[in-house]
Amino acid sequence: MGVLSLIIKREFISKVRNKSFIVMTFVSPIIFVAVAALIGYLSSMKTEVKHIGIHDESGMFVNEFKNSESYKYHDVSKIDPKILKDSVSQANYEGVLFIPEKDNLKDYEKSIEYVSEDSPSLGFIANTESKLSEKLLRKNLTNQGVDTVLLDKSKIDVTMHLTKASGEETVKGLNEMKVGVGSVFGYLIMMFIIIYGNMVMRSVIEEKTSRIIEIIISSIKPIQLMMGKIIGTTLAGILQFVIWAIVGMILLVIANLVFGLNTSTPSTEMAIESAKLVDIKLYFTEFLKLPLLSMAVYFLIYFIGGYFLYSSLYAAIGAAVDNETDTQQFMFPVIMPLMLGVYIGFFTVMNEPHGTVATIFSMIPFTSPIVMLMRIPFGVPFYEIALSIALLFATFIAIVWVASKIYRVGILMYGKKTTWKELIKWLKY
Amino acid sequence: MKPILQVNNVVKKYGDKTALNNISLAIPQGSVFGLLGPNGAGKTSLIRIINQITFPDSGTILLDGEKLSPHHVKHIGYMPEERGLYKSMKVGEQALYLAQLKGISKDEAKKQLKYWFDKLEIGDWWNKKIQELSKGMAQKIQFVVTVLHQPKLLIFDEPFSGFDPVNANIIKDEILELKQKGSTIIFSTHRMESVEEMCDEIALIHKSNKLLDGSLVDIKKEYRSNTFDLGINAMNPNQLKDFLNAKYQIEDTFFKSLDNELKLSVKLEERSANELLNDVLPFGQVTHFSEKIPSINDIFIQTVTNN
Repeated sequence: MGVLSLIIKREFISKVRNKSFIVMTFVSPIIFVAVAALIGYLSSMKTEVKHIGIHDESGMFVNEFKNSESYKYHDVSKIDPKILKDSVSQANYEGVLFIPEKDNLKDYEKSIEYVSEDSPSLGFIANTESKLSEKLLRKNLTNQGVDTVLLDKSKIDVTMHLTKASGEETVKGLNEMKVGVGSVFGYLIMMFIIIYGNMVMRSVIEEKTSRIIEIIISSIKPIQLMMGKIIGTTLAGILQFVIWAIVGMILLVIANLVFGLNTSTPSTEMAIESAKLVDIKLYFTEFLKLPLLSMAVYFLIYFIGGYFLYSSLYAAIGAAVDNETDTQQFMFPVIMPLMLGVYIGFFTVMNEPHGTVATIFSMIPFTSPIVMLMRIPFGVPFYEIALSIALLFATFIAIVWVASKIYRVGILMYGKKTTWKELIKWLKY
Repeated sequence: MKPILQVNNVVKKYGDKTALNNISLAIPQGSVFGLLGPNGAGKTSLIRIINQITFPDSGTILLDGEKLSPHHVKHIGYMPEERGLYKSMKVGEQALYLAQLKGISKDEAKKQLKYWFDKLEIGDWWNKKIQELSKGMAQKIQFVVTVLHQPKLLIFDEPFSGFDPVNANIIKDEILELKQKGSTIIFSTHRMESVEEMCDEIALIHKSNKLLDGSLVDIKKEYRSNTFDLGINAMNPNQLKDFLNAKYQIEDTFFKSLDNELKLSVKLEERSANELLNDVLPFGQVTHFSEKIPSINDIFIQTVTNN
């Protein structure tokens, strides 16, 4: 144990003293805050008003379009369409909507045209189309003798009151919140593995290229060196994350005080405005009611299992090569499952947290640290978590064993370009 | 003398390639032992096994009569052929770290480090990083970290390759001094002449097999051919040659000398050196007379050809 702690200490100190570590640690939050401030500044700027011309030969629709903050509508029905098309190209208007006169309302389905220089945004298209359809629907109803005023009066908007079976009140958007929390955890794990796994690998390569490795392993076992390296680097990484969190928070507070910037995005602002105070309180209590403590514990367990699993692979890769440029061929199979985990997390877990795909990938040890963490906020049966953790740690032990074999042989190999076949041969030494 | 290290029937294979084929050695306490053989003979494989970096497929190794186990690393100092240090670590910290890995306390390591730094007059390097040192300076540090933990057994793999002549000499002297103090030293090299003068015992390894081992003097005695180099300023060289030819086996030879005398190598067979001297004295002034002692290199080549 004494030797291991010596190695951990050295690895930790050499990482923390490294200039790039210091620069990364203190400059990254500044860059992050600067970017956040920039985004905040940009989104708080008024968007340019776009002018839309409406050439409505039927005269039926032109009054349906009301000016808004971002769009101003102009009735240009009296101007010749040909001239209008020219003026679009001269950019007087963002675009012009051409509505012909049709006797049969059904004919409007395909005959309305929007001409613009740049492609319109999806939101604008959907909005305009729904306005036109709505108008046509009403017109159609009136034609068939339905009193649309009465229809409007009879409309009843339902807002469901969400209550859990246990009788507690709950709020909408909880699923999004759960996905958000899970995603942050999953994403953190992936980032950590990639950044610090690479650091472990570089440190192994450094020992190989500086040729000190043989002196070290004449004193200690290679697996002690490998584990010490992984743990020492992890501690340095955790320190970096803690510093980031603290510095980031301080800088955000300062930025808020100095610039008075509103860092919340307009959409959440609106959502909060529309939500009643009671709802905000509910969101908060719901957030607190998420299994936060157990999530933190699981985060730690999956973090340790996943990180050790991958960084022993990184250490083995480092041992198998002579320099960093040779690592490429071995990198892809390591990065791929990580990426897969994140994508499955984002696309599958969000829609179907307990679906087959999500469940399977939360069992596979190479993706489980990411996928399972994203699933946990939705409530996963304990036996599934237990199985997944058991699989993760069994694989972790197997991988550490394999990696340490490759490591043991690899660190003494020089000048040979290593192939996959070679690596498998090393396992038998 | 009681052996400090005993290698018994060690076999090591890498895949289907045999690196060591049933090697047995006994290294006497307090000796300088030369592990000699060409590149790829298996020397480094054996040394790595002694250092417990790799493990034999079969066979045992005893250090001080005990089966080799992890706590023995403390008693072994190893300077590998592929050597280096952490480039961005400070000299002092690095030496302390490596000594602590060997299992000695920080205070003890500091004391030893001070001794060596004073001895080699490199005390002011403590806070320098290795990358700031010249290659020669780094070589001295390399030596210090090898001996810092006062090991009983010192192993040097190709010790003088890569060392400049000045440092090589300093280190040679330091090694001999360590031997005086009771350390046992193993040299492994393919440049046999470089360690011949320092070795008490040798083992010759060739193609994973041990060809021969034993005390250097005994081996040389065994391989001596009772041949003498003779230098003589003869009044009539041809007459002398004819005379000698009748009685002995002679050959022209070459050795360095200041005169332009006749140089012969004479094989005595069963006769004595004095008889030869008496025979040649009447022919002129003898300038050179010495027994031709076979070099390790000669012995090696002879053994390989015989096998």
